[in-house]
Amino acid sequence: MRFGIVVFPGSNCDIDCYHAAKEVLGQPTEYVWHQESDLARFDCIVLPGGFSYGDYLRTGALARFSPVMTAVAKEASRGKLILGICNGFQILLEAGLLPGAMQKNDHLQFRCEMRHVRLENVKTPFTTLGQAGQVLRLPIAHAEGNYFIDELGLEALLGNDQVVFRYTDKDGRVTAEANPNGSLHNIAGIVNRAGNVLGIMPHPERSTEEIQGGTDGLLIWTSLLAWWGERHA
Amino acid sequence: MREVYLDTQDLAEARAMGLKPLEWERVLALLGRRPNLTELGMFAVMWSEHCSYKHSKIALRQFPTTGARVIQGPGENAGVVDIGDGQAVVFKMESHNHPSAIEPYQGAATGVGGIVRDIFTMGARPIALLNSLRFGELTTPKQRYLFSGVVAGIAGYGNCMGIPTVGGEVYFNASYTHNCLVNAMCVGIIDQAKLTKGRAQGVGSRLVLIGARTGRDGIHGATFASEELSEKSLEKRPAVQVGDPFMEKLLLEACLELIEAEVILGMQDLGAAGLTSAASEMAARGGQGVEIDVSLVPCREKNMNPYEIMLSESQERMLLVVEPSKVAVVLSTCAKWGLMGTDIGRVTTSGQVTIRQGERVVAEVPAKPLASEGPVYNPTATMPLWQVEVQSLNLAELPLPEDLNAVLRVLLASPNIASKEWVYRQYDHMVRGDTVVLPGGDAAVLRIKGAEKGLALSVDCNSRYVFLDPYWGGAIAVAEAARNVACSGARPLAITNCLNFGSPERPEIFYQLTNAIAGMSAACTALGTPVTGGNVSLYNETGGQAVFPTPTVGMVGLLDKVEQRVTVSFKQLGDVVCLLGETYEELGGSEYLKVVHSLERGHPPRLDLGAERRLQDYLVAARAEGLLASAHDCSDGGLAVTLAESAIAGELGAEIELVGLHGMRPDALLFGESQSRVVVTVKPQDVGRAETLAATLGVPFAVVGKVQGDTLNVDVQGKRLIAAAVASMSQLWKGSLTCLMSQ
Repeated sequence: MRFGIVVFPGSNCDIDCYHAAKEVLGQPTEYVWHQESDLARFDCIVLPGGFSYGDYLRTGALARFSPVMTAVAKEASRGKLILGICNGFQILLEAGLLPGAMQKNDHLQFRCEMRHVRLENVKTPFTTLGQAGQVLRLPIAHAEGNYFIDELGLEALLGNDQVVFRYTDKDGRVTAEANPNGSLHNIAGIVNRAGNVLGIMPHPERSTEEIQGGTDGLLIWTSLLAWWGERHA
Repeated sequence: MREVYLDTQDLAEARAMGLKPLEWERVLALLGRRPNLTELGMFAVMWSEHCSYKHSKIALRQFPTTGARVIQGPGENAGVVDIGDGQAVVFKMESHNHPSAIEPYQGAATGVGGIVRDIFTMGARPIALLNSLRFGELTTPKQRYLFSGVVAGIAGYGNCMGIPTVGGEVYFNASYTHNCLVNAMCVGIIDQAKLTKGRAQGVGSRLVLIGARTGRDGIHGATFASEELSEKSLEKRPAVQVGDPFMEKLLLEACLELIEAEVILGMQDLGAAGLTSAASEMAARGGQGVEIDVSLVPCREKNMNPYEIMLSESQERMLLVVEPSKVAVVLSTCAKWGLMGTDIGRVTTSGQVTIRQGERVVAEVPAKPLASEGPVYNPTATMPLWQVEVQSLNLAELPLPEDLNAVLRVLLASPNIASKEWVYRQYDHMVRGDTVVLPGGDAAVLRIKGAEKGLALSVDCNSRYVFLDPYWGGAIAVAEAARNVACSGARPLAITNCLNFGSPERPEIFYQLTNAIAGMSAACTALGTPVTGGNVSLYNETGGQAVFPTPTVGMVGLLDKVEQRVTVSFKQLGDVVCLLGETYEELGGSEYLKVVHSLERGHPPRLDLGAERRLQDYLVAARAEGLLASAHDCSDGGLAVTLAESAIAGELGAEIELVGLHGMRPDALLFGESQSRVVVTVKPQDVGRAETLAATLGVPFAVVGKVQGDTLNVDVQGKRLIAAAVASMSQLWKGSLTCLMSQ
């Protein structure tokens, strides 16, 4: 399975995603400069975390105009797997590939810590190896992860099973204390209607090896491999 | 027309820029004429304390700076130490105190930006940031504003750069009320073959300025940093630069790409004293001259004059030395990263820094005297009269608190001891995915991808000890930093430092400075950790009141097998708790004395450097043998706080019985800060081996209890002095800073 890690000016989790895909999963992986316009060679395109364009104006607001985003949209419409992590999630929202918007954390501070998320939908390519209701412990690191969508949008998200991860306590309870940023409905990650584009605020690439203090993030990466493998056996 | 002869300045102008009369005479002698405004400005910044170390140079010569692993000692942009396999670690610490006191967010942010540039200027990839922060007591809105602003500034810059901020320390003390201290350390890693130096090489080579445009910000920042702060300092807010971490991220990637492509002969960042410093230091180090045309420098504003361009401290700029044939490659890499790149001059044989504006020469100054032959002073050092007085402490007159449990609770909630999670959760400490011991313990540990080894990093300085006894306080700062690293199982390798003191022109301050350096030097020699660089920040005083002398130490250690790293937390019920080292009846300078008795006096705890070395050797050896389940340094708050922190981190209690220490005051036993002590836990079956190893290496070893239950109980001679539920201690320790900051 061939991974492309998009590098925008200011991306800084590109190295970590590359490491996860290439070294931990052992898959062919390339960096893709944001000026590129053809992504057809990849099976999964990762928009990594970081501060594309310094987060100036609004997170992801400038990156969405990078030439590569036209190609990302094209591949998304063809059903390719697109994984947007943290800033990558914000870019997908700005680009309209996922619904909703991101606000500043309700406490107005950057937050880097371990948090729990619950799997809400295990039928997506990103969670196919998970159990419904399974709780993962993943690192978060963001200042703008306060997801918002209007009422109709939320209804649609829930109705279509597009909410994939919600912040919970370690026992899987959705509580206000478990929510690190004020995100609506404790939402931590969503997919598009077709299910092939995921945006997630926590960092699964920082949780793939025992030495990192946990491997819960691996589930997302190995799910991708399994889902793709089944279709390309 | 050579305009250098026009617009000449006089002594009054020189003084206004911070030069002393004798320095003015020296400028006249060097030039053989009066300087013009630009030239005078160049001398004033380069001969400021910040750039020239004129008051500290002689004292700094005490530092041991060589060692088998030292590749680059002081004098370059950062120190470089061999870590094997052809790799090296590049690291340095620098202060940004004065700017942070005036504008905390930008002051701290640009402090981070500056130290990161020092690391990638050497060609290294920055992999970690640490910091040491000091403020007044958090009881006033002003101090909380400074504290939260500085933390936000560090977070804003470091997070955006994608460099994890993995460790640090925060201290609160009234002596920092008017002069907060912000010291930032950056650590990078490099293949030794790729080391780049900041020197002008190859006559005819081009000077290419890349990065941000030059603006009117930060003019005379270095001069400002070399004065005392006063009521009028707020007027100097324009001397504080504004940071753009996104620009710096682009600069970082572009520079590393250029180094990889081997198209750069030399590189120097524009930090303090801006273009003046970069040009003259590169020329001086390379034994060459340089010529720059300021009319080519991209400016933010119209009509900037040569003086402003040469002295601007606008951030995120880098000066490259490039062979003429490679300039095009450099410019196209800059274009890829969306950076401005401009050929602004060349390397000459003249030995002069020649500044042109188009055809006109507007300044011409000999490079070497400007950069490295500034005035050197050997100030008088006199022990202040109060020094002996503050060292006196009569324990017989000190009342013994009735409820020692209550004392432990007060200490755990004291801002100096309480968890700093409120701080480090604002820093991205996990980006790059290599932080394998997170902040909150003794030392941060990073793995090195593709290798078995890792790095252990810590910063430390108990400035109250230095205030009470500069020599031993300095020695303890080094010993504690090394001990923190050794507690993770790593071998301490080398240090960088930030020497934050008051005005060296006062004999009592210079006494503190020179003695602290002497004590640090003795410890560095004994522990085998040479000094590879650092920074001096003097004039941290207001109205004659100086900060506590604060020689912050940044330590780098090497862990040959990162899988074996040791952390502070109790691991398993039944593990045996052991105390390494000797406990004495010492309360001088302790946090307990300050918090409970409102006294900051006495002798700091004694330090036997031989015993310290043996202890650290033991920690490394015991880790290699796989004997240590946990290890935690005894420092602020003493044995009781150390036990409590290990219990909190592991969410496990312990039964402790202290024997053989009767006759000692129980408060000294529990809260005294005797040096060279570490609390370790060991699996029951390993206790024999651990004890034998200690006997072999000459380290005092005592079994004091075991990990058990969910309460920390400490008995002395059958009497229970401490009985504290771990959950409640945890709540107190973890919640204290958040609570103070939400006032």
